[in-house]
Amino acid sequence: MGDGTHLGKVRGLGSSGHGSQHWLQQRLTALGNILLVGFFVVSLIRLPLGDHAAVLRWAANPMVALALILMVVSVFWHLRLGLTVLIEDYVHGPMLLLATVLLNFYAIGGAVYGIFTIARIALVPVMAAGPGGM
Amino acid sequence: MAGNEPNTRPRAPHLQVYKWGPAMAVSILHRASGDGLAIVGVGLFLWWLGAIAGGPEAYAAFVACVWRDPSPEITLFHQVTNILGKIVLVGLTWAFFQHLFSGLRHFVLDTGAGYELKSNKLWSTVVIAAGIAATAATWLYIMAEAL
Repeated sequence: MGDGTHLGKVRGLGSSGHGSQHWLQQRLTALGNILLVGFFVVSLIRLPLGDHAAVLRWAANPMVALALILMVVSVFWHLRLGLTVLIEDYVHGPMLLLATVLLNFYAIGGAVYGIFTIARIALVPVMAAGPGGM
Repeated sequence: MAGNEPNTRPRAPHLQVYKWGPAMAVSILHRASGDGLAIVGVGLFLWWLGAIAGGPEAYAAFVACVWRDPSPEITLFHQVTNILGKIVLVGLTWAFFQHLFSGLRHFVLDTGAGYELKSNKLWSTVVIAAGIAATAATWLYIMAEAL
């Protein structure tokens, strides 16, 4: 492992210096997840999930859409931290780089898809009402 | 190292070496449930969101695949996915509660409390039992509502 020499740093060995940041972000996003995923799970249990109109009305509510977008951010941030540690524990060598890149594609791509979809659900009724129609 | 000679360095003992206990189980379940939620749970969530945005037909197709196909003649594919969907949903419910309770345990451990052998063993067992109990309670509630 790296011993703090310049060569070790160039090779990316040893401590990255971001350990406490990772640790703190994992806890803070965990707090966010307790609130936001908790709200989401309770909503799921109470919603008539077979009824598209009812689910759409719920998700299009501005406060719900806002909570869902915040949940996507918190969840994807948290899962990226968690899966990073998983990959670092079990994937070694050149596959480590590939797995890390794939994880980032998944985390960023999934989060953007989720946020875009929620925004579309929330804003389509507004756009359908046309200009001036609120 | 040339890379061809067998590695004679001592290796860290792995899972099969240790005697299983609640603390070890809860630690592994925390990772397993987290990974399940991160990949399967989030994947299903994004699929569901896309189906809501896609409109009534897309949403009906999603429900017919994951939960129940209302058509009189259900395809073999949907017969399989209807069962698989329920198993996955129960599994995700358990993973959610397991990861939540285990995460709360980690918040307590972060304060430096709960490392004494007895209390560590006790709360590890409580987390596992609570995860199973909460999952059972949730699905009993859902089934009672559905009937």
